[in-house]
Amino acid sequence: MSQWKNFTKGFIKENPVFVLFLGLCPTLGTTNSAINGIGMGLATTFVLVMSNLVVSLIARLIPDKVRIPSYIVIIASFVTIVDLIMKAFLNNPGPNFEPSLYDQLGIFIPLIVVNCIVLGRAEAFASKNSVMTSLIDGFGIGMGFTFALLLLGSVREILGSGSIFNIKFIQGDGILLFVSPPGAFLALGFLIMLMNKLSRKIS
Amino acid sequence: MSRKESTFSNMVVTLFLVTLVSSAALGFIYELTKKPIEDALLNKRTLAFNIVLPEFDNDPVNEMYRIAVEKDTFSLYLGKKDGKTVGIAVETASQGYGGEIKLIVGFLPDGSINEVAVLEHKETAGLGDKILKSKSDWSTQFEGKNPEDFKLSVTRDGGNVDAITASTITSRAYCEALQKAYNALITGGEQ
Repeated sequence: MSQWKNFTKGFIKENPVFVLFLGLCPTLGTTNSAINGIGMGLATTFVLVMSNLVVSLIARLIPDKVRIPSYIVIIASFVTIVDLIMKAFLNNPGPNFEPSLYDQLGIFIPLIVVNCIVLGRAEAFASKNSVMTSLIDGFGIGMGFTFALLLLGSVREILGSGSIFNIKFIQGDGILLFVSPPGAFLALGFLIMLMNKLSRKIS
Repeated sequence: MSRKESTFSNMVVTLFLVTLVSSAALGFIYELTKKPIEDALLNKRTLAFNIVLPEFDNDPVNEMYRIAVEKDTFSLYLGKKDGKTVGIAVETASQGYGGEIKLIVGFLPDGSINEVAVLEHKETAGLGDKILKSKSDWSTQFEGKNPEDFKLSVTRDGGNVDAITASTITSRAYCEALQKAYNALITGGEQ
């Protein structure tokens, strides 16, 4: 498999959200706006890349029976690092005191620890492949995840709030259902349907 | 690829090393981000003071008083201009629909509400988050009202507050937080 294919597989063929159905909890929970989707996606991408890198480096040195606890400790450390960094530098409220990105993502940042995409890539890919391949895999899957969250976040923001990236284009409310949790399921369902149709056409 | 054998000593040593390196890295990052995190929190509070208090020229963080009302303790910050108190900011909280709602309420010296800023909330996007000024002008109905003659509960409960449509629990919690802040202000005024 070429490295380019290794990178692009995360977008359509092995997209964690639309095809593998992994990490659905943050997917449904954080995507009430496009910017939240991107923030969550990028935070997860950082953790994926770093944990894939470290796991592929030291997988050989870890005895089989303690590999899962070791991976979890590694992943949890990177998640805490992301949490601290976001708390320090992405924690400024807007001019009208809108909550900062850190406040909006809230509990979902610490929860990246239990995101099965991250542990899944570490266990199923990084521990068996070379450092470079694992790095590209982590980045590709992470960007695929970000792409899915951005798509879902945009759809929900356009339909639910009548805005995109916080820029209003209609007066008043949109279809409120789409910013609430049931709307997340609905929007995701229709997006998966479209993606299935699209990927069948490609292949 | 040959892995290390899973003997007892191998496993103990591996786990020890992994946790040791991880905690060292975390300690390093913690030290590195400690100052910026404190700055960010301070900045947030200062921004809130600028919103909820009338123009002041002191540093309200230095004019902080702790007031105990029943079981809770509240922080009161005095905003002063030319040595005269122009406003009092009260930090308050209550249990909302999705979690705790934390507010900073600015009172004028006569006890009327100047402005309210939401520090933290976990209310439903599109419904309960209308308590934010950036989402709707619902919260402006409190401005200039004195809780002495403005009953801080929703109309359904016999009060003077128009609840947010489909977010009665959030509206009730918001009123409760304001009432708590007002009680703290009155208790503080007596002391």
